[in-house]
This record gives sequence, structure tokens and C-alpha cells, in this order.
Amino acid sequence: MHLNETALNGAILLGLLSLPLYALIVDEPYTITLMTRVVILALAAVGLNIILGVGGLVSFGHAIFFGIGGYAMGILAYHAQTFTILDFGLFITDGTRLMPVIWLVAMAVSATAAFLIGILSLRTSGVYFIMITLAFGQMFYYFAISWPEYGGEDGLSIYVRNTFPGLNTLAPIQFFAICLVLLCLALYIMARLRRSPFGLALNAARQSGIRVETVGIDPVRLRLLAFVLSGTVTGLAGALYADLNRFVSPVMFSWQFSGELIVLIVIGGVGRLMGPVVGACVFVALEHLLGGLTEFWLIILGLILLGIVLFDRGGIIGFLTGRAGAHV
Amino acid sequence: MSEPVLQTSGLTKRFGALLATDAVSIDLRAGEIHAIIGPNGAGKSTLIEQICGGVRPDAGRVLLMKKDISALGRHARARAGLGRTFQISALAMEDSVLENVVLGAIGAGAGPWHFWRSALASETLTDRARSALSRVGLMDRHDRICATLSHGQRRMLEVAVALTLLPRVFVMDEPMAGLGADGSKLMTAFLDDLRHEAPILLVEHDMDAVFTLADRISVMVHGKVIATGTSAEIRMNRLVREAYLGDLA
Ligand SMILES: Nc1ncnc2c1ncn2[C@@H]1O[C@H](COP(=O)(O)OP(=O)(O)O)[C@@H](O)[C@H]1O
Ligand SMILES: [Mg+2]
Repeated sequence: MHLNETALNGAILLGLLSLPLYALIVDEPYTITLMTRVVILALAAVGLNIILGVGGLVSFGHAIFFGIGGYAMGILAYHAQTFTILDFGLFITDGTRLMPVIWLVAMAVSATAAFLIGILSLRTSGVYFIMITLAFGQMFYYFAISWPEYGGEDGLSIYVRNTFPGLNTLAPIQFFAICLVLLCLALYIMARLRRSPFGLALNAARQSGIRVETVGIDPVRLRLLAFVLSGTVTGLAGALYADLNRFVSPVMFSWQFSGELIVLIVIGGVGRLMGPVVGACVFVALEHLLGGLTEFWLIILGLILLGIVLFDRGGIIGFLTGRAGAHV
Repeated sequence: MSEPVLQTSGLTKRFGALLATDAVSIDLRAGEIHAIIGPNGAGKSTLIEQICGGVRPDAGRVLLMKKDISALGRHARARAGLGRTFQISALAMEDSVLENVVLGAIGAGAGPWHFWRSALASETLTDRARSALSRVGLMDRHDRICATLSHGQRRMLEVAVALTLLPRVFVMDEPMAGLGADGSKLMTAFLDDLRHEAPILLVEHDMDAVFTLADRISVMVHGKVIATGTSAEIRMNRLVREAYLGDLA
């Protein structure tokens, strides 16, 4: 029996909402934190899914944007909590603890970085694109490690979670709600985008760049914009992730994290709207349930991945809805 | 004699030691079908690619309506008015038939920089797409996934996408290839009318189709155009008979 994809998507979101509410009632804040992690990872992967799932380019450097988002939060909040001045030359600020401002900065810097990296790497495709984005990722990673002002290798701790007007972000359920709303917003935008002329063209460019050129559209420009949007969303997720942990470190820039994001998407369903969400659920569940018991949980994850690549290219969403292939 | 709509001068392309096209100068005039024939490997597809921007010539120029388009890439040439179909179908295989044609309407119309409204819900786009589909007789297949189409239907779909572009010139590389007798007849009838919308540069192996359709024929052998003329002239040309048609007879 195959499920209707729209109904399935609704059920997934309902589950995402009800589990933390249940945890709230039975007073298990740790479960809420775990679910917040799911939602933030899902958001990061929704970002990657634009360029990977629809655009067909495997970015092995998306930790760059996750890390930029994290450090945007870390640096702004660090100056706010130490009452020190952040001097950019062009302008100075004493930091901020306001989440909306932090998010905007995280997204703007991520978008700029994605634009520059995109211009340099989007001439290539396939394995070369994977390698060049991986190389950029390593550059950012080592740059963060060798930046003593903001903790270097040890990272940077923020003592109190940043604020959101009208909410108590220290209550796990309220911070969860913020993250869930942002995820839903991103999913909605993604769903619109995918069906828009831009989404249709980007999706066609994945299948045949020449086809798109033949109707007068430059596929490189499509992919560049997709990469920028993609990095922006992942950057936002990075800022939230840093706020969840109240801690940023170069690990957010690591290639392992870029790999994990790809794994999430492959498990959930490449190019599927809810693929990143399902992937994040499975990933965090495995990590939580098996990670405590055995170091072998990554092997189990590997086996799942192998099964998907060999037998079911559409991931879990594809399996449940009975539509193979990687399209929304 | 009318001004040429499309003109190449001295297009030359080497692949290593191989001279794929050797100073090819041809033109295409309003309302005509100009067929390029020649044995396999003569350089026809390479010529088409140089006209459409896929291959950079080592020398020579391409003029479209007297404008030099030699420096433009594929997509810019398409926007300038080249509507092209491929020897080997290049379509978005996972997409529906309608989506493939709507893509053409997007490219020819407002472009892809619209992010909110659904493309398939836009009447401007789908009207244009549907009218192109009905013209090639694919309207009843509009929601089929492209990969499930027969070979002949894919060829027709490529033509439909080119129609949505309202090009100044059609450039078609072997549109009859693999169509079978009935398919070829349909395509021949279709192209016969199409020339009045925009002239067609037609590379084709099907000699019946070529001699039925072409106002002029150019014969390519080893990268060189050895003769250009009307069907009757080409049939009578001794060089051509020796080099090419002789093999067929
Ligand atoms: N990209 C390429 N690299 C090297 N040789 C090529 C390339 N494209 C075509 N050729 C060669 O150029 C010659 C002309 O090919 P082509 O233009 O496809 O001929 P036709 O379309 O007339 O059959 C052939 O010998 C072919 O092998
Ligand atoms: Mg050829």
C-alpha cells in the first residue's frame, strides 16, 4: 500500500509537533531538546536539498554555512555578554542578543559566502564540484581553528540563550516552537519555490543543462542562485544550532557534518520536500538509541544508506509513497 | 533574392588532426528549408553545434539577422532567436510532457526569475505550452512522464519545445532519425508548413524527406561543402553523385 505524499507530509509535521508536547506534559525536557535538534538539522538539510536534491549538485561543503551561522551567533552574543566592542572598520557594534538580528546577520553572511564560493565552484560539476566544495569547507574549518579571539579550537561558550521578543527562550518548548515555525516556513517556501518557474527550470537543469540552455536560460545562473538560497537556509540553521547548545566550535565547519547532512537527505529522500525532516528524525533517533549502546551505530547507518542507494533511490519518502526517483 | 536570416562564414573546427568543418559558409533565407546532407562523420552536427554555440569554432563567424552572434553562448543564442532540436533527444526525462514545454515558455517569456507562483498554474505559460503540444499532436500525452514516451513522440516533443520559443530560425539535426515511415511522413508534412513561420536549417539522412522538403541543399563531405543548389541541381551534380548519392543508388 502506498501513501499519499501530501497526507504523509502532514502526518510527519503533526508528529514533530506532538512528541515535544507529550514530553512537556510528562516533564521530559531532554526529549524536547532532542526534538529541537531534529528540527534544526532538518532545517539545515532543507537548505542543502535545494542545491543537492533539485539542483543535482552534491555540495560537500555545506558545513561552511552551518558554521558561519553558528559563529555569527557566537561572535555577536560574545560581544554582548562581555560588553566589548566589535570593530568592523566600516562600522562598530557592541554585539546583540536578539535572535532575529542574529538570524539576519547569519543569513546575510552565509548568502555572501555562498555567492562567492558558488561563482568559483559552479563551473564544475559532479566529482569536481564535490572536491572543490570540500576544499572550501576545510579552509573555513582551519580558519576557525586558528582564530584565537573567538576560542580557536576550543570554541566559544555563550552563557545564556539569546532572546526573542515576547518569548522565554530558556523554556525548551518555546525555543523548540521558534525552530519549528522557522522549519515550517522554510518548507513552505521550498514547496512554492519548487513549483515556480525558477524551481521548474532548476529541476530541468539537473536533468539536462543543454535542454535549459536551448530554451535560452543559463543553467549556471540558476545553480548559483540555488546555491545562495541553499547556503542561506543552512546558515540560519547554524545560528539556531549554536543557540541550542549555547556553544560554537570549529566542529560546526567539519567535513563530517557536511557528510551527515548529505546522509540525512539520502535517507529521507533526495529532492523530496519532507526528505530532510524524515532523514533528521531517523538520524537523531539512531544516534540517540544506538549511539549510547555501541560505537557501531555508524555502521548501521551505513547499511541503511547502502540499502537506499541500491534498492530505493527515493529514500524513505520514496519507499512510503511508492514513487521512485528523486523528484518532489 | 531575400537577405539571409542566418549566415555562417568560414566556420572551421579541428579536433586534433581531424578537420571536422573546413571553412563552411552557408546561409538560410526567409521561408526556405535549407537541407544539409552528407555521409556520417561529414561534420554536419559539428556545424550545427558551432551555429548554436555548443562548439567554439577555430575560425569563422555566425550571423543571425546580420548580427554577429559568434561570441554568445548557447542560451544567449537561443534568446537571440535560434530554435533547435537535437540528433539525440535532450529533454528533462523525469518531468512531464507539459513541464518540458512549459520550460520553453518560461525561457521565451518572462524567464526563470519568478519564485512564488506555480509555473503550471500560470495561464500565460500553459496556454503557450498547450498550443505547441496540440500542434505536434501530443496534447493527449501532456501529463505523461517524458521518459515513458516513444522515440518518435520525444522527437515531436523537442519540436514542440522549439515552437514555444517562437524562434527566428529553426535548426534541426536529423529530426526524422528513427521515426519509421509513418513518423517521417508526419514530420515531413509538419516541417513543410513550418518553414513559413521561420526558415529551417535541416540536417537529414532521409533522402525522400530532403528532396520533398528542401528549397536548397548543401552537400558536406569531409568537413567541406562541396555543392549547394536546388534539389534538381543537386541530383544532377556529378561531384555529388560520385561523392555521396552514388553510394546510395
Ligand atoms: N567533440 C569531438 N571531439 C573529437 N572529435 C569529434 C568531436 N565531435 C565530432 N568529432 C568528429 O568530427 C567528425 C564529424 O562529426 P559530426 O559532426 O558528428 O558528423 P555528422 O553529424 O556529419 O555525422 C567525426 O569524425 C567525429 O568523430
Ligand atoms: Mg550528426
